[in-house]
Amino acid sequence: MDPTFKIHGLSAFYGAKEVLKGININILPNSVTAIIGPSGCGKSTFIRSLNRINDLILNFHTAGKVFYHNQDIYAKDVDVFDLRRRIGMVFQKPNPFPKSIYDNIAYGLRIHDFTTREMIDEIVQKSLKKAALWDEVKDSLKQNALTLSGGQQQRLCIARTLAIEPEVILFDEPCSALDPISTAKIEELIHQLKQNYTIIIVTHNMQQAARVSDYAGFFLLGELIEFDKTEVIFKAPKDKRTEDYITGRFG
Amino acid sequence: MLLKRKFILKTKEILIERLLFFCSLLSVVTTLGIILVLLFETLDFFKEVPVWQFLTDTQWTPLFVNKHFGILPLLCGTFLTTLIAISVAIPVGLASAVYLSEYASLKIRNIVKPLMEILAAVPTVVYGYFALLFVTPLLRKIIPDLSGFNSLSSGIVMGIMIIPLISSLSEDAMRAVPMGLREGAYAVGSNRLQVALRIVLPAALSGIIAASILAISRAIGETMIVAIAAGQQPRLTLNPLVPIQTITAYIVQISLGDTPHGTLEYRTIFACGMSLFIMTFILNIFSFKLKRRFQEIYE
Repeated sequence: MDPTFKIHGLSAFYGAKEVLKGININILPNSVTAIIGPSGCGKSTFIRSLNRINDLILNFHTAGKVFYHNQDIYAKDVDVFDLRRRIGMVFQKPNPFPKSIYDNIAYGLRIHDFTTREMIDEIVQKSLKKAALWDEVKDSLKQNALTLSGGQQQRLCIARTLAIEPEVILFDEPCSALDPISTAKIEELIHQLKQNYTIIIVTHNMQQAARVSDYAGFFLLGELIEFDKTEVIFKAPKDKRTEDYITGRFG
Repeated sequence: MLLKRKFILKTKEILIERLLFFCSLLSVVTTLGIILVLLFETLDFFKEVPVWQFLTDTQWTPLFVNKHFGILPLLCGTFLTTLIAISVAIPVGLASAVYLSEYASLKIRNIVKPLMEILAAVPTVVYGYFALLFVTPLLRKIIPDLSGFNSLSSGIVMGIMIIPLISSLSEDAMRAVPMGLREGAYAVGSNRLQVALRIVLPAALSGIIAASILAISRAIGETMIVAIAAGQQPRLTLNPLVPIQTITAYIVQISLGDTPHGTLEYRTIFACGMSLFIMTFILNIFSFKLKRRFQEIYE
């Protein structure tokens, strides 16, 4: 199978500080890849480099190549806005817009020229159903999204991402601000989404990585220590440092 | 010995506290004093001129033989210059706030922002002569009918003067919008203009409205520019090309003239001052409330 992402020697810098050092990974379509590692290991920077959202950060720059379907996303002629549309992202802290639930989802559609009311209505409903939020909000679509609970807000952000039909969804520690019940709901969701999307999830929760992912990469101090099938990483890691981290000896 | 030192320290503390208290009291007492003087003189004025006449008469001629005391022409002049000023200042101020907050690099912002704030430091007298001696002749090349004194050029210059106020406060409001919201918007494929106009601007709206209201109240109270360049003719008109008089300009005219103290003519300026005070006071309260609401959302 042709990989969705081919990452060759990706390094990333904040100013002069190198936070990613020559990462090589292939990401396969319709799989869940978990990125694990202790705080400050560069896992968030890594995932934020894949849709170039880190371009917003002052003095951030990269070296190496990130191929998305054989297109280097850091090439000069890339339309970064279109790229981000195809590579969706859910953030650590739920970040719904201070608009109604309906408008939160409709926003992404409107900026991409879905203009008819019926079409938007339909996609809003479909996306909320896919994100397992429809039953809770179907009677209050006009309500401000900030009144929802944290877990609901995060599922709204997932619905917002699904609405514009990306191919890839990047999850940057999506459950770190949520309670266990909301976390379980989101994990269940990720499991279902795998059939139609390529998913990369950063997490510092190893049980979560073991539960949801097919592949796992262990990052340490900006380096990719080991990348393999999740069961191999968790049951028979090849590198001593991976084993130490998995078994909780540090981190 | 130790006890004595403690006593001295304590007395010093109390003295300092009293001194600081007195200083803060000073401005409160002054404000109260101003309001009271305004109030009493205004009440005296309304003993002779009925409030109803003051509010509905369409002529303002307190210095003529045939006296009329209708504030409407002055209100109209103030309204007209303010309207022109904010139609210049709000679009330009907002656009520059959007640029500074969403587009400009840190380097450019650090140069442009202080430069804009210099605009706010120019004495208003200078703006007045700028309007009279530069903007009016310039406009006359386009609009030959324009009078030498008019509300158009003073309104425009007043607008230029309050641009930094609007842009600086609006930019603060926009920059207070959490980065996470922008990231969320970029993550669904928005471009910069969409993020600025559809996400950041609405999220900062109450702060922007508060800034605009402050700017309006500044324009209402602005004196020098209109006194110099708008004329001295109280006139109930919305025509921006002819001389008019604003409330503030009238107060200047009487204060500088030879109107004897204690007369009815003299008291008119307190009634005018009171009207101004009430208008700007209401606007300021409004803006203060909006600002508070805006701060509550993101803390």
